[in-house]
Amino acid sequence: MPFIKSKNNGVKFILLHSKDNVLICSAASRKGDIVNIDGDDVMLLCDMTMGHKIARHALGKACIIIKSGAPIGSLICTVVPGEHIHLHNMKSDYIPSHTRKASGGNTSE
Amino acid sequence: MSNMINGFQRQDGRIGIRNEILVIYLVECAHHVARRIVDECDHGKAQLIGFPGCYPNDYALKIMKSLSTHPNVAGALLISLGCESFNREELAKAIIDSGRSVETLVIQEHGGTVKTINLGIEAVERLRVEADKAPRAAMAVSDLIVGTICGGSDGTSGITANPAVGRCFDHLVEQGAICIFEETGELVGCEQFMASRAVTPELGKLIEASVNKAAAYYTIMGYGSFAPGNAEGGLTTQEEKSIGAYSKSGNSPISGLLKPGERPSNPGLYLLDVVPDGEPRFGFPNISDNAEIVELIACGAHLILFTTGRGSVVGSAISPVIKICANPDTYARLSDDMDINAGIILEGMVTVDDIGEEIFQQVIDVASGEETVSEALGHQEFILTYKSFEPSGPSCMPNR
Repeated sequence: MPFIKSKNNGVKFILLHSKDNVLICSAASRKGDIVNIDGDDVMLLCDMTMGHKIARHALGKACIIIKSGAPIGSLICTVVPGEHIHLHNMKSDYIPSHTRKASGGNTSE
Repeated sequence: MSNMINGFQRQDGRIGIRNEILVIYLVECAHHVARRIVDECDHGKAQLIGFPGCYPNDYALKIMKSLSTHPNVAGALLISLGCESFNREELAKAIIDSGRSVETLVIQEHGGTVKTINLGIEAVERLRVEADKAPRAAMAVSDLIVGTICGGSDGTSGITANPAVGRCFDHLVEQGAICIFEETGELVGCEQFMASRAVTPELGKLIEASVNKAAAYYTIMGYGSFAPGNAEGGLTTQEEKSIGAYSKSGNSPISGLLKPGERPSNPGLYLLDVVPDGEPRFGFPNISDNAEIVELIACGAHLILFTTGRGSVVGSAISPVIKICANPDTYARLSDDMDINAGIILEGMVTVDDIGEEIFQQVIDVASGEETVSEALGHQEFILTYKSFEPSGPSCMPNR
């Protein structure tokens, strides 16, 4: 498993599969932290907690997100390198996801 | 053999790793009486399971027969109100036919709550005396059936604990054990990968069909198995959760597709299809993790490997549950509830293979009698709800 090191804080983001276009946060990171992705320094735009994903490259709307070498859904807007990828900019291609807030009646994606 | 296990020999030829007495309520109206009987007995003498519904259900009867004749079970006390439609005679006969002890108490015939509780306590004592006579038998890894489930998944589950269970499964299958993974609804998006691992093309098609059935079922329900905690833990979609869940299966060929209560007879890796057949009738396929654990146990699982990122605390009646924590932060908060800390893989100090080996060793230790954390804490969760299934065709188990 290749590890991508952030500049000052040791291992923070990991690449699970060579085909992936996202990196996975393996330790809590702060907004403004510099992450080196494939040779380029990228600044984190928000705090990140373990298990969350960031973009490995700039990605366009409707781009299929690949994690562990497999498709896991598609983008609903463009993202920049290092941007957090989650419910706000990505959707399932199968079944809508629901959040705790949405349990009250709204279905959000 | 270094991996020999000291099991309990049953008269039907099966070997268990525990020697449990079950107190089984056959309708919710008998639940309180059954619970009081279990509570009044010393800790560990008996376990409580039951079915709440008053209407008949073939699935519930089949699962109850599988559970009460499970190799970890020595005998059972059935608690009936009297007017419910559960076929207590057929259940008792299945238990007797398996060579196990059974007694039945009918609350309406035995004079109500207090009298039935007192009779029940005496019955458990008799069943325990019989159970303690069970001969011990040497058991090899190849005699084990092991199930796996993930619950409270987050973004770490699919990176640490789940692939580590996959390594353990590969090791168990190599040594001739039966391994079962499940929840086709949590494998939406992985159907083509899984089909390509099936031992026959026909089985591959059936696996794809089972996942398509699950996707259609959950679409009608309006929710996938994706829960709010999954999103808070960094998972965004059902497919993402699925890929992580899928990694529990390891790399062995898939030897068959089971339905709840069907027991594989040949070694190998099996997928359990838990989604009911036909139009959705009774609501969600499995309303919580323990419903899935019960179905794995009904397929004969001696023990369960439960991976969790967010931090589930559950155990189960009948079969021990080994909890493998995927997330190091969760482990720091809930270490008293966890058997194995797989999250340290993220710190780069150990590999997925190392944790897979640790899980394998834990399987041997627990099968040999070591208590899991949830057993020691008294967790004996159990839930069984209404479902309906068509019987599996011969293509589902090509090597039978």
